[in-house]
Amino acid sequence: MPDAALLNILKSTCDRFIVDSFDTTDGFPCLVIERNNIVPLCAQLKRHSDLQFNFLSDICVVDFLPKIPRFEVLYHLYSIPYKYRLRLKCPFTEGQEIPSVTTVWRTANWHEREAYDMYGIVFSDHPDLRRIFMWDEFEGYPQRKDFPLRGYRDEYNPFGEEPDWSEDQDWSH
Amino acid sequence: MSAEQDSTTNVFFTALDGVINWSRRSALWPETFGIACCAIEMISAGCSRYDLDRFGIVFRASPRQSDVMVIAGTVTKKFAPIVKLLYDQMPEPRWVIAMGSCAISGGVYNTYAVVQGSELLVPVDVNVPGCPPRPDALMHGFLLLQEKIKRSRSGRHIPVRDVDDVPVSTGKPPPQ
Repeated sequence: MPDAALLNILKSTCDRFIVDSFDTTDGFPCLVIERNNIVPLCAQLKRHSDLQFNFLSDICVVDFLPKIPRFEVLYHLYSIPYKYRLRLKCPFTEGQEIPSVTTVWRTANWHEREAYDMYGIVFSDHPDLRRIFMWDEFEGYPQRKDFPLRGYRDEYNPFGEEPDWSEDQDWSH
Repeated sequence: MSAEQDSTTNVFFTALDGVINWSRRSALWPETFGIACCAIEMISAGCSRYDLDRFGIVFRASPRQSDVMVIAGTVTKKFAPIVKLLYDQMPEPRWVIAMGSCAISGGVYNTYAVVQGSELLVPVDVNVPGCPPRPDALMHGFLLLQEKIKRSRSGRHIPVRDVDDVPVSTGKPPPQ
């Protein structure tokens, strides 16, 4: 069960940013937020003296391909002094940019580069947005639902799918 | 049998082969080069319990001093140019042991990021299956490689690799 004190503080301080909130079975309080509010909300969660979410443990992305909005970025926060955990969900459609939280937590730099590498999500105001796992010439975003599981056929991967470059594949976002 | 073939199978060449092959197989120097978890087993094989040194197998720190490359681990496409570079830096004669399922065929990683078998990258002489293979399996692989060198006709100029030259495997073939 989430901490009642945490829920009260969240309700009193960040209510204007919260679109929806619910508890998940793993005991994380979960807040759904709008993408343009992400930076002011995260700054407040980090600075608030009764919360102090000073550790960004993870940034995840989920691709719900047929659904709209298609993507959901999840931020997992941890408060080292109070041992609170919190999950922020930020849905957005393809092509939209999402503000970078590197100004709040510097570790977000590599987490967001990973999200960009695997899902092609563009974080605005990111200081160094380039691929982190795949090599620079790699085409496509491999964790997206529409990327073939075995990749595209080439000299090192005879089992991959035949690349169909005739189809207009827009990898720009 | 033509005269040319005859001249390459006479006692001089066979004796020369024997000496050259004996010297080559008795001092196989692998690269100190491991990629993934198989490298841990390769290191164990080189350490005192299994002791590859007693076969004359001494790990060398430079590909320019090595004869054998043990591809010990998953070769990702990002890493493939480095494996190729290390192979190209080895002086001939050189041999390659593909150690573990990933190096042989990509293993469980039938994905966009992994080379589906080192054979697509460099010519492999011995496949050592296992996930990871135990040090004894790697030792068996080295012994098979020594047998292969023993049979080679090194006193004459032959192509580095024949087209029909398929890799030897230490394991049984899979049931059909």
